[in-house]
Amino acid sequence: MPASNAPPAYNYRAIRQFTLMTVVWGIVGMLVGVWIAAQLAWPALNFDIPWLSFGRLRPLHTNAVIFAFGGCALIGTSFYVVQRTCHTTLAFPRLAGFVFWGYQLVIVLAAITLPLGFTSAKEYAELEWPIDILLAVVWVAYAVVYFGTIARRKTSHIYVANWFYGAFIIAVALLHIVNSAAIPVSLTKSYSLYSGAIDAMVQWWYGHNAVGFFLTAGFLGMMYYYVPIQAQRPIYSYRLSIVHFWALIGVYMWAGPHHLHYSSLPDWVQSVGMVFSIVLLAPSWGGMINGVMTLSGAWDKLRTDPIIRFLIVALSFYGMSTFEGPMMSIKTVNALSHNTDWTIGHVHSGALGWVAMISMGALYVMVPRVFNRKQMYSIRWINLHFWLSTIGTVLYIAAMWVSGIMQGLMWRAVNNDGTLTYNFIQELAERQPFYLVRLLGGVLFFVGMLLMALNVYRTLREHRTDTGAYNLTAGE
Amino acid sequence: MSTFWSWYVIAIVVFNLVGCAILLLANSRLSAEEARRDTTGHVFDGIEERNQPLPRWWLFLFVGTLLFSAAYLVLYPGLGNFAGTLSWTSEGQWQQEVDLATRESEPLFREYAKVPMEELIQYPEALAVGGRLFANHCAICHGSDARGARGYPNLTDNDWLYGGSPEAIRESIAAGRRGTMPPMMALIGNTDRDVRDMAIYVQSLSNPSMRDNSGFADSIQRAEPKFAMCAACHGADAKGNPVFGAPNLTDRIWLHSPRLADIETLIREGRSSHMPAHESVLSAEQIHVLTSYVYSLSQPASPEE
Repeated sequence: MPASNAPPAYNYRAIRQFTLMTVVWGIVGMLVGVWIAAQLAWPALNFDIPWLSFGRLRPLHTNAVIFAFGGCALIGTSFYVVQRTCHTTLAFPRLAGFVFWGYQLVIVLAAITLPLGFTSAKEYAELEWPIDILLAVVWVAYAVVYFGTIARRKTSHIYVANWFYGAFIIAVALLHIVNSAAIPVSLTKSYSLYSGAIDAMVQWWYGHNAVGFFLTAGFLGMMYYYVPIQAQRPIYSYRLSIVHFWALIGVYMWAGPHHLHYSSLPDWVQSVGMVFSIVLLAPSWGGMINGVMTLSGAWDKLRTDPIIRFLIVALSFYGMSTFEGPMMSIKTVNALSHNTDWTIGHVHSGALGWVAMISMGALYVMVPRVFNRKQMYSIRWINLHFWLSTIGTVLYIAAMWVSGIMQGLMWRAVNNDGTLTYNFIQELAERQPFYLVRLLGGVLFFVGMLLMALNVYRTLREHRTDTGAYNLTAGE
Repeated sequence: MSTFWSWYVIAIVVFNLVGCAILLLANSRLSAEEARRDTTGHVFDGIEERNQPLPRWWLFLFVGTLLFSAAYLVLYPGLGNFAGTLSWTSEGQWQQEVDLATRESEPLFREYAKVPMEELIQYPEALAVGGRLFANHCAICHGSDARGARGYPNLTDNDWLYGGSPEAIRESIAAGRRGTMPPMMALIGNTDRDVRDMAIYVQSLSNPSMRDNSGFADSIQRAEPKFAMCAACHGADAKGNPVFGAPNLTDRIWLHSPRLADIETLIREGRSSHMPAHESVLSAEQIHVLTSYVYSLSQPASPEE
C-alpha cells in the first residue's frame, strides 16, 4: 500500500525541551568535571567542605554527563528519529511530557543528593532507592512512548536507527532494575540485594552494559540517522547493519567480568569476560565502518561542513576506543592498566570523543529543524567548537595514556631485594604535569560547550524561519 | 560449581560463539537479487540503504577473534569446570612471581641476617634495603620520613611506646602491637566537669607552668587524686609503661593531640591502636634488616651521614 506523500504532523514539543536541557546539563556536567580535574591537580580546592570533596562531586560529574547530558540527547533525538523514520507522529504526547519532567526531576534529585553524600556506592548507579524507583517509572513511560510510536509506523520496515534505540531502551530498563535491587533501611539508605563477588559481578554486568547499551547502542542509533541525513548519502551496507547489530547486542552482555580481572571473581568468569570482550571488537567496528563509509562519494563534505566533521571524528574516536577496550580486557594488558589513569583516558576517549561529539553533531543538525529556523546562527562557531572539542579530547586522552602507563610501570617496578622501587607518594608526585594537561583539555572542551550554548541561543533569537517568514515566537 | 552448572556455562558460551559464526557465514554473501539492486528499496525520511556485502577484512577480523576465543578457552579456564590444558590459575601466576622474587632476594637477606642488628646499622647498603622495605610496608602509616602522623608514632625520636631496643622493635614489627586506652569517664566521676578537669590535669603534666595559672588551679586540684585510675597504666609518675604501650604523659610528645578537646574525647571514649603483625608478610631475615633500619633512625650519629 503506497504511503501518503503528505508529511505527517510531527510532534516536536518534548524534543525541543530535551534538546535545550542537553545543552544545559552538558555545561553543568562538564563544569563539575573541570572542577574535579582541578582538584586532582590541586587537592586544596575541596576547601575542606564535605559536599565539595572529590568523592562526592565525582559521581555528580559522571551522572550529569552520562545520564543528564547523554540521556537528554538520546531521548530527545530518539523521539525525533522515531517519528521521522516511521513517518508518523509521536504516540502518547502527554506521556512524553511526563518523561521529560520526570527525567528532569531525577536529575535534580541526583544533583542534590549526591553532594550531600547519599549514595548506594555502586559506580554509575549511585542514586538511592526512591530516585531509582522514580527513574524506573519514567523509563517504562519512555519505552511506552517510543515503542507505541513504532507500532504506529507508516513504513513497512523498521529503520536500523530504531533497532539500536530500541535495544538501548529495553536493555537499560533491565540493567537498571536488576542492579539497583536493594533493601531499604531508611528513606536515604539501602543495601544491595547481592553480596560479595556476586554483588561485584552484578555491578559490572550493569556497568559495562551501561557502556554497551547506553553509550554505544543508543548513540549508534543517533549515528545511523544523523550521518546519512547530514551527508545526504545512503547507508553504506544494510547487510552490515544487521550483522553488527545482532552480534553487538549478543556479545556485549558477556563483557562485564573484564572489570574484575585478578580479583576474587572465579578465574573462569574472568576468562569468559575477556574472550567476549575481544570478540566485541568486530561488531563494534561494524558501526564505525557503516557510518564512515556512508560518506563515500561525499568526502569533500569533510572539508566544507563542520557538522560532518563532528560526526565523522566522533566515529573515529569510537573506533579507537572500541579497539582500546578489547585490548585492555586482555589479562596481561589489564595487569598494567587496571586502576591507573589509562582507564580514565579510555573512558574519556569514548565519552568526549564519541558520545559528546556525536551528540553535538546531531544537535547542530536538529536544532534548526525542530525550532523551525533556516540554519544554525553561526557555522564558523560550529567549526571553532569542533576544533576546541577535538584538541581538548586529544590533550585529555594523551595525558591520561602517558600518566596511566607510567603509573602501571612504576607500580610494578621491583628491586633485586624484592622491594618495590617506588612508593605510592613518589608515583603520585610524577602525575602532576599530566593532571595539568588533562585540566587544560577539559577546559577547552568546556569552552566549546559554552560556545554551542551561545550558538543555540542566537539561533533561537533569529527571526527568519525555514520558509523565510517572520518568526513571531522569537525574541520573547 | 556442580556438574549441571558447569555444563550450563559451557552450553551458553559455546552457543553464543557458534551463534556469531553462523550469523557471519549466513550473511557472508549477498543474494543474487540483492547484488542486482544498489539499494534495498526502503526509504526512511529520505534515507536509503545500499546492498553492499560485508567488508572482507572485517569478516576475517571477526572470524579471527572467534578462533582466538576457541583456542583461549581450550588453553585457559573458562568453560565451566574445565581447567584448561595449561592448568593456569591467577593465584598460581601470583605465587610464581612471588617465588621468583623470593628466590632472587633470599641470598642477600641471608647474608644480612648473620650480622647482629646493632651492627648492621654500620652498613649503608643494608640500611638502603631496610629503607625500601620501610617505604613499601611502613610508610603508609608512619610516613615516608618515619616521623609518623596523628595516632601513628614518630620513629625518629627517642620516645618509644613499647621500648626502643632492637629486640623490642623487632617484636613490634613481627608480632604487631595492640594498645587499648579504655573509656575513663565513668571511673573519674562521670560528669563533663570531671572529664574537663582531668584533661586540664593531663595537659599540666607536660606543661608545669599551668599549675601557676589560677584559672586551672581548681581543676588540677580536683583531678589530681583521680589520676590514680590512670596510673594503673600510665604509672604513678605518669611516665608511661612499655608493657601496655601506655605513653609517657610528662613529655611534650603527643601521640594523638595536645588540644584540650581532643584529650577530653580520648578520656570519654577511649581508643584502640593497632600495629599489624608482619611475620606472615615478611621473612625473619627481612624483618631483621627492617628492624635495623628503624633502630638506626633514632640513633644519634646515624652512619648514613
